[in-house]
Amino acid sequence: MGKKNWLILLGTAVFICSFPMLVTKIKAISHYVDVMVFAGIFTLVCIGLSLLMGYAGQICLAQAAFFGIGAYTSGILTTKFGLDPWMAMPAGMILSGLVAWIIGVPALRLRGHYLAMATLGFGVIVNIVLAEEVDWTGGPSGMADIPALQIAGYKITSDIAWYYLVWGIVFCALIFCLQILRSRVGRALRAIHEEEKAAECMGVPTASYKVRVFILSAVLAAIAGSLYAHYVACINPSSFNLMWSIRFMLMVMVGGMQSLWGALVGAVLMTFVGNEWLRMFAEFEILVYGSILLAVALFLPGGIVSLASTIARRRAKRASALEDAVS
Amino acid sequence: MGTDFFQYAISGLTIGAIYAMVAIGYNAIYSVTEIINFAQGEFVMLGGLFAVFFAGTLGLPLYAAFLCSVVLTGCVGLAMDRLIIGRARDTSVLSLIIITLALSIMLKGGALLWWGKDPYSLPPFSSGGPIRIAGVAIQPQALWIIGICALIIIALTLFFRKSIYGQAMLACANNASAARLAGIPVGHMVLLSFILSAVIGAAAGVIITPVSMMEYDRGALLGLKGFGAAVLGGLGQFFGALVAGVILGLAESFCAGYLSSGYKDAVALVLLLLVLFLKPEGLFGSGEAARLKKY
Amino acid sequence: MIVEASRSNAPILRLEGLEKRFGGVAALQGIDYDVPVGIIQGVIGPNGAGKTTLFNCISGIIEPSKGWISFEGYRIEGLAPHKIARLGVSRTFQHVALFKKMTVLENVMLGRHPKTRRSFLAAGFRLPGMRSEEEHIREKAFECLDFVRLADLAGLHAGTLPLGKQKMLEIARALATEPRLILLDEPAGGLNMRETEELGDLIQEIKKLCVTVLLVEHDMNLIMDISDRILVLDFGKVLTSGTPAEIKENSAVVEAYLGMEAAGILM
Repeated sequence: MGKKNWLILLGTAVFICSFPMLVTKIKAISHYVDVMVFAGIFTLVCIGLSLLMGYAGQICLAQAAFFGIGAYTSGILTTKFGLDPWMAMPAGMILSGLVAWIIGVPALRLRGHYLAMATLGFGVIVNIVLAEEVDWTGGPSGMADIPALQIAGYKITSDIAWYYLVWGIVFCALIFCLQILRSRVGRALRAIHEEEKAAECMGVPTASYKVRVFILSAVLAAIAGSLYAHYVACINPSSFNLMWSIRFMLMVMVGGMQSLWGALVGAVLMTFVGNEWLRMFAEFEILVYGSILLAVALFLPGGIVSLASTIARRRAKRASALEDAVS
Repeated sequence: MGTDFFQYAISGLTIGAIYAMVAIGYNAIYSVTEIINFAQGEFVMLGGLFAVFFAGTLGLPLYAAFLCSVVLTGCVGLAMDRLIIGRARDTSVLSLIIITLALSIMLKGGALLWWGKDPYSLPPFSSGGPIRIAGVAIQPQALWIIGICALIIIALTLFFRKSIYGQAMLACANNASAARLAGIPVGHMVLLSFILSAVIGAAAGVIITPVSMMEYDRGALLGLKGFGAAVLGGLGQFFGALVAGVILGLAESFCAGYLSSGYKDAVALVLLLLVLFLKPEGLFGSGEAARLKKY
Repeated sequence: MIVEASRSNAPILRLEGLEKRFGGVAALQGIDYDVPVGIIQGVIGPNGAGKTTLFNCISGIIEPSKGWISFEGYRIEGLAPHKIARLGVSRTFQHVALFKKMTVLENVMLGRHPKTRRSFLAAGFRLPGMRSEEEHIREKAFECLDFVRLADLAGLHAGTLPLGKQKMLEIARALATEPRLILLDEPAGGLNMRETEELGDLIQEIKKLCVTVLLVEHDMNLIMDISDRILVLDFGKVLTSGTPAEIKENSAVVEAYLGMEAAGILM
């Protein structure tokens, strides 16, 4: 898997593993573990979105809808039908994937603005359904008492346990997607993004691939949704609305669309911004998000990851220039 | 049963006029630049809330508040083009979408800061109770809405047919490079289209506020439904926008009345999806032309 | 690099009654033509004659309004481009459509797509066979790069190459799909004389691989030099066809291109 990616993966894994131990020592930031659980859940959503937007080049403003489908499926199946949470999660994944397939096939034939609006509209429709179907979803006040996850009889309730569970799943998803990207499929996706017609004339079934990436991103968002539902134990439609879809897109853009690591960086950063630093300025939140999105779109469309690689490239250039000057 | 039908029809026509106006706003910018302005709905929101500010807080008479609000929102449109869009016009589709989306969020965030989450109202333009015709109650404001919408359509049609600016804008829509060569300042035409769409949106906002109040986050849904009307009518087709707006308004009103009021918002959205999936060029657009468009 | 030769001597590509209208404009007005297998078929005609539209119809990017196209006896008009590619038709583009942000090697590796099978789940779970398939793809890609003599540039980003090399890369990518018919859309555009000569040699090499070449070009010397047969289009119709010698003699052709006076000068 490319030496560079292995190293980053290893480094990130080490950091993630040791993070709780470092942070719980300091009282003031020991709750960061809880924030990082959310960050991990959102990273899962963003990985799929990053594949869709950054690699296949398709804009999607409905990620929160799939997030919500996963969350509510888990919630409904476990509270109303007493299903084991670990059975409910795959059900949410399947439902989310099915919906993504049904919507994706016609929608992904569209381009640019039309696709954006179609996904926007779809996302809002899902949100309306979640709020209206009171018998199933509990309506605007949502549902509560979602049972905790268990592994081999041991209930996962502490922040630390959740932390390792969520980030473990995130790393599995990362590895899965990295493997896809370095295969012929990943090449095909990048080709579709750059020159769709040429890719198609070289035998890439572009329409089918776009739909498959869409389905993959929906399934990942659904897993995240299930985890979210069990973590916060009560959910309502306002966590799965348009503003959330835009938040996810913001995370991907800030981190950098063209790289899965961008999804991680963006999700973690924006979760901290949202949970921690904006907590005191709640009314400013929307304005701040809009401004960040605008600034990134105008001045740093490649996100933080592109900044990092530009700096690395400049250092390399300076180093080689230095070599030439000295020799 | 009969009066219900007409009651729903009237409210459908009323809200349909609003959707038509939002759709025309989209068409104005789209036809000159091929950009979809995701912040279109926020123009409507700002129009309503600015009018509340001028009439309520400053105590101006309604017609003055209308004018000031429309002018102020027009300035917002101007600023949007000059400061942001002008910088970004040659970027990718994705960037453009995200930029107008970001602008819409910023406007919403700004409105939240200024006006808070509460809905605000305006007094109706003319006082007096509902007019009763054959058992159907028609609010005078509804007539104002339909009337002002009709006026705007007529004014726009004249503008595009007779005025040199209007024709210049249409020329840019057809072929910006040729228009530039012919001496038409394309940048100015784009600016004009933004101002125009902001003004029309604001007018829609002012006239709807006495009926259904206005709050900071109304923009998104209105914008989406207005876009639905724009696409249903065929992007760039002004007459189509009018017809489609009315269709959408009626569909929504009948659904709310006869089926379920909770899902009424979904009606316009489902129609939007159907149009996009099945006939993206809309009722009056041309299929070939739609496929050749830049975006 | 051997390509499976087609067994019969039937024409590899048949066009019958091919028409394409864009709104009111008729880009193709009824093309009837058979392309013999294993030759270099030149296609010439003034601007607007419909050459690129013809290519787009054959490769599946647009659907003809009327008529049909058959490749190796198989009807392909209206099929999706990727299906046509899988059947054995490949192409280059007039405005080089390379994947500029990918490396030279990756561009050609993409060309192997129709010849490989493993998909999303197999890739994600790294099922057995992925690695050997990747190795195989790399090998074949290098073969194609060797063929166009670009192997030493394999690691560079495609966007950084000069135009001449980009055109060669596009050909390598098209060859990677192992086509039996390759459409070259103005490959000499923007090339200098030496590069054009090399291109001509390369196309002859392609013919030796038993790949039929359909060549649209404005460079008359190149076309006349290497084509076995030439098809002349004008206003979306077939003006005439024949060997290069026959075409040179044909005053109607010269007229279509250059006008009556030039006809006098050239003869």
